[in-house]
Amino acid sequence: MIKQKEKALIFEMSRPGRAAYDLPDCDVPETKLEELIPSHLIRQTPAELPEVSELDLMRHYTELSNRNHGIDSGFYPLGSCTMKYNPKINEDVARYPGFAKIHPYQSEETVQGALEVLYNLQTELAEITGMDEVTLQPAAGAQGEWSALMMIRAYHESRGENRTKVIVPDSAHGTNPASAAVAGLDTITIPSDEHGLVDVEELKKAVGPDTAALMLTNPNTLGLFEEHIVEIAKVVHEAGGLLYYDGANANAILGITRPGDMGFDVVHLNLHKTFTGPHGGGGPGAGPVGVKKILAPFLPRPQVVKVGDHFKLNHDIPQSIGRVKAFFGNFGILLRAFVYIRSNGPDGLLKVSQDAVLNANYMMRKLQPYFDLPYDRVCKHEFVLSGRRQKKLGVRTLDIAKRLLDFGFHPPTIYFPLIVEECMMIEPTETESKETLDAFINTMIQIAKEAEESPEIVLEAPHDTVVSRLDEVSAARKPILRYTPNHEASANPSNKETVKA
Amino acid sequence: MSQVKENLIYSKEHEWVQVLDDDTVRIGISDFAQDQLGEIVFLELPEVDSEVEAHTSIGSVESVKAVSDLYCPVSGVVTKVNELLVDSPEVINDDPFGEGWMFEVKLSNLDELKELLSADQYKEFIEGE
Repeated sequence: MIKQKEKALIFEMSRPGRAAYDLPDCDVPETKLEELIPSHLIRQTPAELPEVSELDLMRHYTELSNRNHGIDSGFYPLGSCTMKYNPKINEDVARYPGFAKIHPYQSEETVQGALEVLYNLQTELAEITGMDEVTLQPAAGAQGEWSALMMIRAYHESRGENRTKVIVPDSAHGTNPASAAVAGLDTITIPSDEHGLVDVEELKKAVGPDTAALMLTNPNTLGLFEEHIVEIAKVVHEAGGLLYYDGANANAILGITRPGDMGFDVVHLNLHKTFTGPHGGGGPGAGPVGVKKILAPFLPRPQVVKVGDHFKLNHDIPQSIGRVKAFFGNFGILLRAFVYIRSNGPDGLLKVSQDAVLNANYMMRKLQPYFDLPYDRVCKHEFVLSGRRQKKLGVRTLDIAKRLLDFGFHPPTIYFPLIVEECMMIEPTETESKETLDAFINTMIQIAKEAEESPEIVLEAPHDTVVSRLDEVSAARKPILRYTPNHEASANPSNKETVKA
Repeated sequence: MSQVKENLIYSKEHEWVQVLDDDTVRIGISDFAQDQLGEIVFLELPEVDSEVEAHTSIGSVESVKAVSDLYCPVSGVVTKVNELLVDSPEVINDDPFGEGWMFEVKLSNLDELKELLSADQYKEFIEGE
């Protein structure tokens, strides 16, 4: 397909009177707008909605969608994001009319099937994580984190304790301190040790009577298993704090170990990562939270409960932190996760994590001779490389990431975790074939050679994409957030540049 | 190779400190820090008259790569912030030791200056990074 370099905006394609669809004549009496809405609320100028034909509309959005990179179009080793294949059976089941055509305001008796799915998913996620109860409401990982921290806060307050400090290691996901801040708690960051793990001595210094919780990702963002987790849990619990498991990296542990068994009190999962909800476009996600019994009184309400053979929404949770999401979370994503769990079964889920770990280790060892490997240990489902060797040649990790686009690969996560210089965080997932892994490895090796022999190829990349380097600096410093129509722009020349946006 | 300016003292969090008079200092980030961060797009500075505590985060620096905490190497009260940086944070990249200064602090504990690194010590420190 020939890709146009400059793509007109849908607004610029507009021609007066052109329409994509003809509505039938109105067959009910018309009421004047003025009779329905106070005159000061009626807009005086027509809305500038684009007027285009159906075919032009179709081509416009099809072309834009072809510019996208998704897991169905190519390898996507974005570390900590678990960009694995989303099986199409999930989509089949999500389209069953009994799921797709129900409404959240229907009475409980008429949506027993949907409630049963939610109840079973609560039960199965509790089993997978080693927790006692699960809320499915949070719509994403960060909302799950926040909900969990609100429960932790409520728990301490119910015991008359004023605990406001949340401890995070310096390799933590940025959402951890952010969620703590939004939950009204303060963050203490502790340094990792030379192996990239929690420094237990530093942790001992940080805990105290003000400790609310430790937030930990295990395996951590370096892809390394926190092998002192039992001791870590003991230190935090003895200080009176709780242990929070960030489930972003749960793809490494399914059926192998469980946060509950490691000593965690509360865990969030990203169903859109580990349990194959489609993601990458900003949503919808699902961030269920599992809790041990001590936190159950504070769960968001309602919870799905089983009474006899019936499934009901239980609103009677007096100490609940309240509802955190309209209706019952993102039902369609919860359903897809349920289908994924059921189509794999316990043995299948174990194999998922084993293969994810195997693929990551295979790739790490193949790339090790060509890039710096800051933590040379067996990794879990992801690993980090440092581009410091290439940086000495004038080629930064950003340049390597851009060069990968020329080969049809999505780049890995870059410049995170913050503790590794020129970081590349690579997560191949279990769903890729050996051939795909090899193709990516060979490309990375080629780019490493280019950095030595002809760095300008890497520095000027990408060469084969619709647009080359985007001006990220201007986009951040002077973002243009609104389309300005031509006639407004010519009336106000200072806005003129926005037309080209 | 990053520039290290003589006659300044430095923190391990890559801030520089310039002693202006008996108890007032000017603070910014080093050339090494701006180079590591990449192009800076947003800066969150402490407010004038706010109290700051040594080695705590008092603001943030956002670059195209990441958002990083801004640490205060000394304790005291903020007396001045560099308003130029609000609209032109790129000045930090262009001139980290000069026009890109960030804020001034009236010290509450002069002894804290002794814990900071000399230019030579800082040079050695960043070579090890």
